[in-house]
Amino acid sequence: MHANDFNETAAGVARAAQRRTNYLPWVITFAVGALVPFGVYPVFAMELLCFALFACAFNLLQGFGGLLSFGHAAFFGGAAYVAGYAMKEWGLTPELGLLVGTLSAALLGLVFGFVAIRRQGIYFAMVTLALAQIVFFLCVEAPFTGGEDGLQGIPKGHLFGLLDLSTTMQVGEQQLPLRLYYFVLVVTMAGYWLIWRLVNSPFGTVLKAIRENEPRAVSLGYATERYKLFAFVLSAALAGLAGSTKALVMGLASLTDVSWHTSGEVVLMTLMGGMGTLAGPVVGAITIRVLHSELASFGSWVTVIIGFVFVLCVLTFRRGIVGELAHRFKKSF
Amino acid sequence: MEVSLQAVLSQVMLGLNNGAFYALLSLGLAVIFGMLNVVNFAHGAFYMLGAFGALIGYEYLGHWLGDEGLHVSFWLALVLVPLVVGLLGVIIERVMLSRLYRFDHLYGLLLTFGLALMFEGLFTNYFNVAGEPYNGKPELLEGAINLGFMFFPKYRLFSIVLSLVVCFGVWWLIERTRLGAYLRAGTENPDVARAFGIDVPLLRTLTYFMGVAVAALAGVVAAPIYSVSPNMGADLIIIVFAVVVIGGMGSIMGAIVTGLALGLIEGVVKVFYPPLANTVIFILMALVLLWRPAGLFGKE
Repeated sequence: MHANDFNETAAGVARAAQRRTNYLPWVITFAVGALVPFGVYPVFAMELLCFALFACAFNLLQGFGGLLSFGHAAFFGGAAYVAGYAMKEWGLTPELGLLVGTLSAALLGLVFGFVAIRRQGIYFAMVTLALAQIVFFLCVEAPFTGGEDGLQGIPKGHLFGLLDLSTTMQVGEQQLPLRLYYFVLVVTMAGYWLIWRLVNSPFGTVLKAIRENEPRAVSLGYATERYKLFAFVLSAALAGLAGSTKALVMGLASLTDVSWHTSGEVVLMTLMGGMGTLAGPVVGAITIRVLHSELASFGSWVTVIIGFVFVLCVLTFRRGIVGELAHRFKKSF
Repeated sequence: MEVSLQAVLSQVMLGLNNGAFYALLSLGLAVIFGMLNVVNFAHGAFYMLGAFGALIGYEYLGHWLGDEGLHVSFWLALVLVPLVVGLLGVIIERVMLSRLYRFDHLYGLLLTFGLALMFEGLFTNYFNVAGEPYNGKPELLEGAINLGFMFFPKYRLFSIVLSLVVCFGVWWLIERTRLGAYLRAGTENPDVARAFGIDVPLLRTLTYFMGVAVAALAGVVAAPIYSVSPNMGADLIIIVFAVVVIGGMGSIMGAIVTGLALGLIEGVVKVFYPPLANTVIFILMALVLLWRPAGLFGKE
């Protein structure tokens, strides 16, 4: 499927280093994102942004590095607890809270990655799942996580100590938390941009080469273990950023965020949107979260339906929404 | 901290009991992975289905059929439930899994993950998440037995012995019989095995049936011990994954020994440092990976 990628690795590395950036799509995306809270319930829109970033972070590792992690909830939910605790108990400002959460996820990613990259393929998935379970039980038992209730009442705080993020603005009839929304939009877009830069960098090209044929990448002189570990840490850190931001938005860090269900769901988001595509995880995350909120009244039927979507995607739709579109598009031209 | 020998011994026996379940499940997982190249995430769900099969047969079936006096006995369930759940496995293998063999391993994992979610969600709808007790424990196995060094519940002893018998039965079937030789040939090299006239697709179906039936059997045996709940399988399967990573999926005996040993270790940890009991297997997994990346019995 990606045979050409590999043959072009050397040229790709050189080209990627020189490529000029076209900023127009970014400006358009940002403009659209800025208008969303006027049409969609802002808190839900922010939740979508967080999950989209989470799925993109996962996809950086799975789609471009070929490493299926089944334990990404540990970074997402773990960072949510750390950031939440830092903002609530230490009174850190939001930007510092997010930074602390992200760094904690990166550190955790370093430890996990160090252990997990020793095994490949399917074992990698099982190892990450098991490691994430350690974090889950830690969160169940640790005194500062609030157990089953979660860490509640995380304050929005003042951005840079100046701007109160809890203020709302009067728009027509509604009170919209626009300040918080734009902060979240900037943070998640920055994360997304970073992923896009990484994927199109020489680093990203080498990562794709490792995915296609690791022995060959080794023979070309790349220290593949180091690349994989770095990709793992970056992916973990960005998942942590997403989790910390979600804690800030919701004012809550809970056990659901660290559970294996969440790890599985981010896999589904990416699979549904299209593994190894840049926009796919965003599309997948939005689809799944909307599905969740639409089906909320059906109780545990949601789990059944999510499971069914999983089965359907695997059997009939392995390219995902964006992957399928890209495939059709290429074919017809 | 004062720890009596009695407490340690009883935890060791309980640990052995858990270990027997780990062994049964990791065994099935290993055989299925060998033959089908699928990491069967739904294995825990089949275990859960087994437990519910026993529960439904005893508590609900008579009510549903309008005959309140009808109870499917434990012994009958022990035979019937694995067959029924195994057949469900056969359908899943034929209809879904068999379409994925030519793709990457991860799709098999994802498909069975989706199935596990479906089963779990379905049972959460109709049954109490906190779990329901199974009251069909046979009278023969009520009470405790004197093992010389301690009194031990008869049923627990029975479940350990039965699990071990099934484990070694499967081992014998695979390592010592003609069918097992076909199976090993199919695992080693499916194309060559086919060239020699072995019906590999049939063998795959049979393997999946066997693995699933063993998981369901474990579920039936577990029903009188643990409360029967929709998420009992998911909790177990993640531990069993760690067991499989530690033992390596290459060896049947490795899976059995690792499962038992880890159950024991978990039991002992429960006595000396309870907060660690939930995670000790995962931590051991990490340590083993650092020390021997291929697992204890792995041939990678």
